[in-house]
Amino acid sequence: MSDLDSFRQEVREWLEDKVPQAIRGKVEDREWWPGGGRKAVHTHPESTEWMEIAASRGWTAPGWPAEYGGGGHTKEEAQVVREEIYRMKVPPALSGFGTSMIGPTLLQYGTEAQKQDHIPKITSGEIRWCQGYSEPNSGSDLASLQTSAVRDGDVYVINGQKIWTSGADQADWIFMLVRTDPDVKKQAGITFILVDMTTPGVEAKPIRLISGASPFCETFFENVVVPVENVISDVNSGWTVAKALLGHERSSIGGMGGGDKAMLPNMAKRYVGESDGRISDPVLRDGVIRQEMDALSYAMTTKRHSDSLDAGHQPGPESSMFKYYGTELNMRREELMLSIRGPQSRGWEGEGVETPELLQTRTWLRSRANSIEGGTSEIQLNIIAKRVLNLPD
Amino acid sequence: MKLVLDGPQQMLAQSAADFMAANDAILRLRELRGSSDELGYSPEVWREMADLGWTGIPFAEADDGLGLGLAEVVLITEALGRGLAPEPYVSAVVLAGSLLDGATAEQKAVWIGSTIAGEKRLTVAYQEAGSRYDLSNVQTLAAPSGDGWILSGEKVHVLDGYGADGWIVAARTLGDAASTDGITLFLVPADRAGVSVVRQRRVDSRNAAILHFDGVITGNGDVIGQVGGGLAPLTSAVDRATVALCGEMLGGMSEAFDRTITYLNEREQFGVLIGTFQALKHRAAKMFIERELVRSVVMSAARAVDEGAEDATIQVSNAKARCSDAYILLTNEALQMHGGIGMTDEHDIGLFMKRARVSEMTFGDAAFHRNRFGELLGF
Repeated sequence: MSDLDSFRQEVREWLEDKVPQAIRGKVEDREWWPGGGRKAVHTHPESTEWMEIAASRGWTAPGWPAEYGGGGHTKEEAQVVREEIYRMKVPPALSGFGTSMIGPTLLQYGTEAQKQDHIPKITSGEIRWCQGYSEPNSGSDLASLQTSAVRDGDVYVINGQKIWTSGADQADWIFMLVRTDPDVKKQAGITFILVDMTTPGVEAKPIRLISGASPFCETFFENVVVPVENVISDVNSGWTVAKALLGHERSSIGGMGGGDKAMLPNMAKRYVGESDGRISDPVLRDGVIRQEMDALSYAMTTKRHSDSLDAGHQPGPESSMFKYYGTELNMRREELMLSIRGPQSRGWEGEGVETPELLQTRTWLRSRANSIEGGTSEIQLNIIAKRVLNLPD
Repeated sequence: MKLVLDGPQQMLAQSAADFMAANDAILRLRELRGSSDELGYSPEVWREMADLGWTGIPFAEADDGLGLGLAEVVLITEALGRGLAPEPYVSAVVLAGSLLDGATAEQKAVWIGSTIAGEKRLTVAYQEAGSRYDLSNVQTLAAPSGDGWILSGEKVHVLDGYGADGWIVAARTLGDAASTDGITLFLVPADRAGVSVVRQRRVDSRNAAILHFDGVITGNGDVIGQVGGGLAPLTSAVDRATVALCGEMLGGMSEAFDRTITYLNEREQFGVLIGTFQALKHRAAKMFIERELVRSVVMSAARAVDEGAEDATIQVSNAKARCSDAYILLTNEALQMHGGIGMTDEHDIGLFMKRARVSEMTFGDAAFHRNRFGELLGF
């Protein structure tokens, strides 16, 4: 038995012993996913219990150094931990901006003191993070952001407004981009800074979306006082830090396509009927086939990319391709599901439609943001044209 | 399955690219089309390709081949496709070559070594007027006579059929025209009495033929595989040739795309390079994404077939449907972005568009393969 096999065996036994029964099999249900934070709402107490059990082994972030509460595992071992958790259909021990975005950024750019201050509270699930990038007048042109941070002795004073701050109303801290120099090229006057959401002058207001849900907020900053120690990397070098972080966001949004191959055809057979074992409407059947072929082709492309990285090739700007195609694929899938459900996809709430139908109508509406958030589809095409194809400005 | 080239594969791809760079295939295609040379390709260049070992790639080592797979074949066909090379690689090495795998020792002795050496070549005659892409739709009759059969009928669009040293012919020994049983494969040498060959002129200028069989006498020694059991090996051989053709299509669309990007960087209108226009940039970026998807599905289909994966035929149909649509999209866009000059015969870009259409309709178009994908998965 290889070292990795015996490690897997050990992980499997530990999980079998420790994971609360109630959360097993709940991976598909987002309500069961632990998000951590001081304001966490305990719909399912076993979620928090599971997060704390995992944190005790460093498995909320198995690949991070043990000194900051991570698992201290190799890349391969960390993958084994994730696989074994998924094998039991148990939700990840912790999700959100802490483990996926700010944690890796702090590990890369933070000082030792910043790492000691923040990372253990991410891995333990104590602190939940949100992201403050976009502003009402700075969408695709992110570098034009205006929220200002003015130095006053040992502190910065922040004034301005952020928008599309995911989960800001539930977050304890925010990592954000602020303008520290208005007199230079716009990318050169931006700083990456961390702010405690309980600081006086910070206010988060949820935004109601076309789907009826409120996953985002507008967040206001009025004379918010922040210690200079909260700056990550150098003053005015925030754009470099932000770009590293956006790469994470693009690949995670782009990765939303895919899923169960039989799901769409089975749904189509249920709604429009089948003849000789096939989806009876030939036009809809062709739509389902096209969707599944595109999904397979996309899956093979992400596999090729990952195999290529494993073989030691350097990643390049082609990751914009995944954001573009992955989101377009997911949005087409949602639209196709509406077509399959047909008249039943028209419900908003109340009688006459079943819950999964209501939910799908809402996920379709939510999916329309996929090609806007994390850099619009048009921005991704610009990046490919400029950095991959070297077309002239 | 790893979707990445290993060291030897990288070297093979590089040597194929180098050879094609040194032998202007498009010039060859132009010289040979419409000339009195009915062959349409260069036997000398074909022999050089054989000398480089390309023709031996998919044959078993026991038969003096290199014992490699489609993963290597598509590296060669991609290079051939970039240059629109008219040489008969897909038909002789992959399509007929795959059927020779199930041939008798006597048949192998005559045909495999000579194919690898570039001295002789076979191709497969399966398509008939009106059969479209349905391999089981065979009306060419093999009527029992004594110890053998007498063939009569017509085959069309026989890939590289003109000038071949023999054809593997699908004929019906039993059943009606659409039956999946009763198809038998006969290896008919070119000098057999009763066969007549007409060179077929197609839009991409490459070699194709119409074959007439008029009382052609065949015997047991001419049969490849089982009498009446020809459909399964034929389907398998066409699947393998489909993957090889997909490699060629990937190469062709890549070349058309690269030439278009170069043109966007050279052509000026309104005082600026047309590559500065966002209307063209975004379309170019989408073309790039499509080409990347195609590369992934060609690599995975080749490896799936090589490894005998459970979903191999699904992957083949996925690849051919995608290659067909993408090759057409990329060459249509290439011609549009070249503008008026692209419509001239003197400019090469139109040759890629012609090749795209002929490739699309070889071994099943996108609609055929989408339907097949759905059938295989029970959609």
